[in-house]
Amino acid sequence: MTVVDDRPTVAKEVGQARARKEDQRLITGRTKWTDNITLNGMVHLAMVRSPYAHANITAINTTEAKAAENVLQVYTAADLGDSQGVLINAWAITPDQKTPVHLPMPGDRVTFAGEIVAVVVARTAAAARDAVQLVDVDYEELPAALDLRENAQDKVLAHPDLGTNKSAFWKFDSEEAGTGGNVDAAIDKARTEGVVIEREYRQQRLIPAFMEPRSCVVDPTGDQITMRSATQVPHIVRFALAATTGVPESKIRVIAPDVGGGFGGKLQVTPEEWLVWCIARRLGKPVKYTETRSESLMAAHHGRDQWQKLTMAATKDGILTGLKVELLADLGSYVAIVGGGVPVLGAFMFNAIYKFPAYQFTCQTVFSNKAWTDAYRGAGRPEATFAIERLMDELANELGVDPFEVREKNWIKHEEFPFTTVAGLEYDSGNYEAATARAKEMFDYDGLRAEQKARRASGDSVQLGIGVSTFTEMCGLAPSRVLGSLNYGAGGWESASVRMLATGKVEVVTGASAHGQGHETAFSQIVADRLGVPFEDVEVLHGDTQIAPKGLDTYGSRSLVVGGEALVKATDKVIEKAKPVAAHLLEASVEDIEYSAGRFSVKGTEQGLSIQEIAGAVFVAHNLPDGMEPTLDSDATYDPVNFNYPHGTHLCAVEVDTETGEVKMRKYVCVDDVGTVINPLIVSGQIHGGLTQGIAQALFEEAVYDDSGTLVSGSFVDYLVPTAADMISFDIDHHSTPSLTNTLGTKGVGEAGTIASTPAVVNAVVDAIRQFGVDDVQMPCTPERVWKAIQSGGANQSDPTEGAAMPHFDESEGGAQ
Amino acid sequence: MTRITVRVDGESYTDEVEPRTLLVHYLREQLGKTGTVVGCDTSNCGACTVHLDGRSVKSCNVLAVQVDGHEVTTIEGLAQGGELHPMQKAFHECHALQCGYCTPGMIMQSIDLLNENPSPSEQEIREGIEGNLCRCTGYHNIVKAVQQAAGAGSVAR
Repeated sequence: MTVVDDRPTVAKEVGQARARKEDQRLITGRTKWTDNITLNGMVHLAMVRSPYAHANITAINTTEAKAAENVLQVYTAADLGDSQGVLINAWAITPDQKTPVHLPMPGDRVTFAGEIVAVVVARTAAAARDAVQLVDVDYEELPAALDLRENAQDKVLAHPDLGTNKSAFWKFDSEEAGTGGNVDAAIDKARTEGVVIEREYRQQRLIPAFMEPRSCVVDPTGDQITMRSATQVPHIVRFALAATTGVPESKIRVIAPDVGGGFGGKLQVTPEEWLVWCIARRLGKPVKYTETRSESLMAAHHGRDQWQKLTMAATKDGILTGLKVELLADLGSYVAIVGGGVPVLGAFMFNAIYKFPAYQFTCQTVFSNKAWTDAYRGAGRPEATFAIERLMDELANELGVDPFEVREKNWIKHEEFPFTTVAGLEYDSGNYEAATARAKEMFDYDGLRAEQKARRASGDSVQLGIGVSTFTEMCGLAPSRVLGSLNYGAGGWESASVRMLATGKVEVVTGASAHGQGHETAFSQIVADRLGVPFEDVEVLHGDTQIAPKGLDTYGSRSLVVGGEALVKATDKVIEKAKPVAAHLLEASVEDIEYSAGRFSVKGTEQGLSIQEIAGAVFVAHNLPDGMEPTLDSDATYDPVNFNYPHGTHLCAVEVDTETGEVKMRKYVCVDDVGTVINPLIVSGQIHGGLTQGIAQALFEEAVYDDSGTLVSGSFVDYLVPTAADMISFDIDHHSTPSLTNTLGTKGVGEAGTIASTPAVVNAVVDAIRQFGVDDVQMPCTPERVWKAIQSGGANQSDPTEGAAMPHFDESEGGAQ
Repeated sequence: MTRITVRVDGESYTDEVEPRTLLVHYLREQLGKTGTVVGCDTSNCGACTVHLDGRSVKSCNVLAVQVDGHEVTTIEGLAQGGELHPMQKAFHECHALQCGYCTPGMIMQSIDLLNENPSPSEQEIREGIEGNLCRCTGYHNIVKAVQQAAGAGSVAR
């Protein structure tokens, strides 16, 4: 940690495992979830949703529903017209990207099962839901585009008027960019004199499945219109409402009250929010809509859903010479707010921690008649990490060496930082050797390898597999210039304000919008140290565009590394403003004032004043330097200069029952480098939760559609969010090399666990059963798939026709196809 | 409409409810007990867990009319005289919550678990809270919190 001379050198709070400030209200049930909000005269919405994946709407009869008890209105697109606004895509990844107009409620054609076709307004939520059954919609069913690969060939069109399912083609080539050589030449050479690993991997469709269903309340009374929404992005929602519904931004207040998880799933601008907004304005009454879990799984955005075609070239000694990545990415039926940008966020990460001399990445984004996809924890980087870490294990196997051997041969050594990669990024710091050494020690790597050997030799029905993942990722979104060069529609800065109150308490305002991350605690620790005030005296305010007027919200592991740095800068401005006051009151010159841990003192004397005393003096303003503005309050907006690159070594041991295909987690060890740790309790919590979501992708979760485009995993009965009994306790540690791109030396931690863990688990599963000729098991690695892989000696793996993991209601299909 | 009288968090309430009203909706919408939340519609997630006569139930799976004459405790009735219940304290100290949405149900279920089995093994804890989903914590610290509360001799309430 680099500290300027006049900054506090004693870190009393940073690094402390402080239990969180925000817990009190959460453990006692005194929370403000959006669905808890009740306003006078409030009415409720329920949505009529299409049961068809693709159909023309030929007629909607609302007469019976309108006549139902306590129903006030039923609206269709014809009633609302332009007033419903439109949902934006903020990132056209190419200038010629095809982006169909995305209405909150279409009037002519539905494009996925779950799309809204009518809205019932009633005095109670129950009355609204009852009346949904009375709305009579006639559909003319159209062929649905449901298979990603076939969709890429335009076999069935998701939007017939577009004439194609292809939205955009995005390419990065190291030779063209001047960051490396020609990848095809490298692959050709390896075909004759080296090793080429060619694989296709499926990133299944996932559902973020935050615990709090989305909810929205709009209050149109008063001069401003206030939206309360279970969102990660109140500032972006406010901007988009202004841009698309004709209400000036200054008349819009968006509040994200307590928000129950997001994981990317709440960074959207949603049809439901736009309809609540529109109808509240139309009726002049407060309006609420809260989704059911089934609606959430069906119509809140999904994540992942890619086919990855990978070609990796190496010498016979295992030195990497080239990597070619060809992706197909399913957008769903519209381009969501980030949409096709998600795979692009992975484009710079397939090369990972390795020194590839040549690299090429291409991605074709493709429409389907399914729910639209967008960011889900990791967004692009889990896909990249999965691909490269699976390939490294395949290369090790091909060469007959330990998986660590090929990694060590090719990774960036700690003395080589800062390192510019073949994808053009500059990694600022890291130490892959140290993290790996510690992880192997904690894991008892050699001991478990010996056990594995013994079980193989004895033909044990339970085989042990060991999986490795030495990941890095880019996070802390993001330098605005870089976003601009990628054609993203906004910047990546963050804002903070620090207000010194008359009583010496401190109010901190951040533009980041927490929904479980613990900003109130971690940000208090940072400010307490820098201002030398008690932790308890700092109040962190966020998530309301009227309280925090500037901000770009929380996603992409950005809050601490971008928002925290803005906070540091605002805090330092407070100190600078206080210095002349201290000098004036102590009758010394400013040059003689020293600041340390909240106290301003005159060099070489005992004289001094605390920041609280100065705050009091500035409040009364009786005796300030001539011409001084009577305030210490300060704002800062910080635009990062680089991304942020956490890394780590993850090791997973699984036991595979070869008779049943059951996979049991035996041990999970990870040593992460997330730079300076502000609060170890919060950081470990982020890692535990992240690991679990990544493990869930490897073993349990998949959004499954049937042949007609109905989501069959549309409830928690079928979408397998892991339970406590599915998980084990984790062994985690850190090896920190402070980041050089921010004052605190921090690196993002929100997504790291998820990014790293998926390949560690699948590598372990494959490692356990490779002896049977298996080189891949498609995710999620269900017992059925594992068993089949063993039985067929791997012959059915990498099979592009491999379908859903769990078609559950048609037993005649006989399980997974 | 049916008339019910129920004791919730120590207070007695008499109300008219529709026969189809779920306990969770009665608590939230008629009594304003919004500490108890709804997380799903298939009784999988357990976010709505409360105690009915001292045993945990998923309040989305109980009709309001069924609690006539009974006693319900929600997360809001746990702390007594400003003193947190040992399980609430353990959740706070062990960082067993992040977004906190599953927390009320998870705490109510964990108390029930210890009432049944005061010194559970890690596996027994994991199986005992299997009916409550958490998306943030990976359960690691929830298990720790239950272990801590068990060690502190958490008592029924």
